[in-house]
Amino acid sequence: MEATAKTPFIDHDAHTPAPGLVLWRPTAKTGLISWLTTVDHKRIGIMYGLFALIFFLVGGVEALLIRTQLAVPNNSLLTSQQYSALFTMHGTTMIFLAVMPLSAALFNFIMPLQIGARDVAFPRLNAFSLWTFVAGAIILNLGWFMPSGAPAAGWFGYAPLTSRQFNAGASIDMWVMGLQILGVASVAASLNFIVTIVNLRAPGLTMMRLPVFTWMTLITSFLIILAFPAITIALVELMMDRLFGTNFFEVSNGGMPILWQHLFWIFGHPEVYILILPAMGAISEIIPTFARKPLFGYPVVVFSGAIIGFIGFGVWSHHMFTTGLGTVATAAFAFATMAIAVPTGVKIFNWIGTLWGGRLAMRTPMMFALGFIWMFMIGGFSGIMHAAAPADSQQHDSYFVIAHFHYVLIGGSLFALLAAIQYWFPLIFGRRVDEFWGKLSFWVIFVGFNVTFFPMHFLGLNGMPRRTFTYDANMGWNTANLISSIGAYLLGLGIAIYFGTSIYTYFKGEKVGRDPWDARTLEWSIAAPVPEYNFAVIPTVRARDSWWYDKHHPEEVAAARTRDSEAAASAEGIHMPHQSIWPFVVGVGLLLGGIGVAAVPFGHKLPVALAGLAVVLLGIYLWALEGSEGYHLHLPTESHEP
Amino acid sequence: MSTPAATGVIDPHLDPSTATGIPNKKLLLWAFLASDCMFFGALLATHLIYRLHPVPGNPSPRDIFNPELTSFSTFILLMSSLMMALAVNAIQKGNLRGLRWSLLTTIVFGSIFLGCQAYEFTNFVNEHHLTITNCIFGTTFFTLTGTHGLHVLIGVIWLSSMLAYSFTGRLTQRDAIDVEAMGLYWHFVDIVWIVIFTAVYLLEYL
Repeated sequence: MEATAKTPFIDHDAHTPAPGLVLWRPTAKTGLISWLTTVDHKRIGIMYGLFALIFFLVGGVEALLIRTQLAVPNNSLLTSQQYSALFTMHGTTMIFLAVMPLSAALFNFIMPLQIGARDVAFPRLNAFSLWTFVAGAIILNLGWFMPSGAPAAGWFGYAPLTSRQFNAGASIDMWVMGLQILGVASVAASLNFIVTIVNLRAPGLTMMRLPVFTWMTLITSFLIILAFPAITIALVELMMDRLFGTNFFEVSNGGMPILWQHLFWIFGHPEVYILILPAMGAISEIIPTFARKPLFGYPVVVFSGAIIGFIGFGVWSHHMFTTGLGTVATAAFAFATMAIAVPTGVKIFNWIGTLWGGRLAMRTPMMFALGFIWMFMIGGFSGIMHAAAPADSQQHDSYFVIAHFHYVLIGGSLFALLAAIQYWFPLIFGRRVDEFWGKLSFWVIFVGFNVTFFPMHFLGLNGMPRRTFTYDANMGWNTANLISSIGAYLLGLGIAIYFGTSIYTYFKGEKVGRDPWDARTLEWSIAAPVPEYNFAVIPTVRARDSWWYDKHHPEEVAAARTRDSEAAASAEGIHMPHQSIWPFVVGVGLLLGGIGVAAVPFGHKLPVALAGLAVVLLGIYLWALEGSEGYHLHLPTESHEP
Repeated sequence: MSTPAATGVIDPHLDPSTATGIPNKKLLLWAFLASDCMFFGALLATHLIYRLHPVPGNPSPRDIFNPELTSFSTFILLMSSLMMALAVNAIQKGNLRGLRWSLLTTIVFGSIFLGCQAYEFTNFVNEHHLTITNCIFGTTFFTLTGTHGLHVLIGVIWLSSMLAYSFTGRLTQRDAIDVEAMGLYWHFVDIVWIVIFTAVYLLEYL
């Protein structure tokens, strides 16, 4: 690859636009500049993953501090204010800075390979999404370094907790601005993924042949572009209230705090599916691979995912059963919430149907996948309990709810993401996790997770409230809390083993060749490390589970590949996008501008805001004027036998 | 360089390099506008909800609005959509001169709309003492129509940039999709205004 990568030439044929205003054309393939200017979906995916893991660590430390405080009654390790800041930042960090970007990392790396594409549809927009995400993440966490302390209004930021009257410090302004910028990043990335999946599919890859992970990427992207506007507007209204003294949530002037709850949860409930659908997609890849059977009922799995996405927009008020919506509204939302359990249950049965009669290979990713099915079901069951409004009004704001959503977010999303990392590790880094350490990390995480969160069901039913920094010794909650805190440290140990093992695997793990799991989908037709252009010859897809079909129909495929290669050799070469610094510049501008705007009420920071805006505009214009032309790579013809 | 004589006829509605034949940029814009619908939907919902819960003593919209002025600016904005469509048509035929005149008219019409809005806002603040802070109607009205005005302003800047770019010689018939994508945005902003004009202004006279 080195030999070919160094001989690109810039081509001005009829299909290439005229060269734009190019101030600087970075060409470095290694070093810092190459990472800052990269438009390669694989490198962007890896960076998403690294940032997500850093914030996952931060969120994990916050969780351990929370559990340490609650280990014994009347603990004074943390003050009430510090405790509130910790649960606020733990929730915000884990959702927006850990699980979502970890999903985005997999979308970026895996999805284009699954559809036989050479990159996403808009490579520079993809880089913009990454740098904007980093800018938002930094702004969100600035509160830690402020005199007012980290934001402490909960991840839901209910009005009027977030009003200037009750939360005067700038950290809430930074929290609001950070979430806004993260929203920009998510929406831009999702628009890109939608266009990529719809338009960049390889020949023969019809929608109903798409790998399920790609399908779930598409559905998640639609959820993001349609749900994020609701929180963006809610945050705009909150920001207007805080910066300019408007009345959106100002009760004394006719504002209604309940509006925040509606807008927030119209976003917040689809967000739950934004977190779980990518996980379901990954599981739907892993289980067929290790059960050595095609996914049972593929169309049903796809349509269930789509139905979950649709109904997900109609259930938000089940977060608000205790606000007094009225009987009809409460009944309607309870019904819709119960209805959404049907497609979810269908998926569970499809995975079980896939396992049934399969020759199961109990490798590390499969262990996490099986753990996912079981743990996610427990979270699903307690979810159905919440759907019943009378029961919910008892469980509301208790530890029962904490237990429920940690079963779906850790037992669901996180287990699936941990499975996906080990599953695709050989494709990304060319090495495979050691089975002993992989399985050990699974068992410690599995046991630690259950010891932490299962007792919380009982704590909740016994009346222990959420978001309270301590409790009295005579409430009967002491033992369960202590067990839960011990479990949390065990879970932390498991996560440490997992990532220690992964780092070891990266440097010293067993080297593997192409397709080490004997997998089914197109990305495994490439050997690690994946070349910059992904596919030397754009593949033709002949069936669902394309790679599996190719492996079992060698004659048919060999003839077709020869034709494809000849056609590719006579074509103009592999079109590659140029690297660009401007997405990074726009990200820096958003960072500056965001801090400047959020700090306006705290002194003369308007110049910072204007400087940020100027950098954003400069970046956008130079980005546009630079043009999207690329160069062409010419490879020596190579054989691609399955 | 504006005529593709060597390569035959260009069909602006078909991009053979994509799986669906729809140009990538068009699909991106459609998806973005779907997202933008939700932005305006949330803002409009806020306005309509608060409209049902007026605070006693607050100014009444009917005493403040100037329907003649707003009808005029609405008409101007709709005409700008017509000119935008002509601009797209011109570039698809490689007619740069036609593109420039149509773009210029679109920009002028958009600017007239923005001028009317600036006058309207100033008038509301100075004559009717309606500000963004002193009542809930002012809060939702100025935020909603101001957000729309910001969209128009971004559109005018985009149109002006494209007009300037057309003089560099780099804008050709092959780039018609860039103008068309901008047009989709512009039409969308106009359609949103029709909704706002109906739901914010006309609704008060029912």
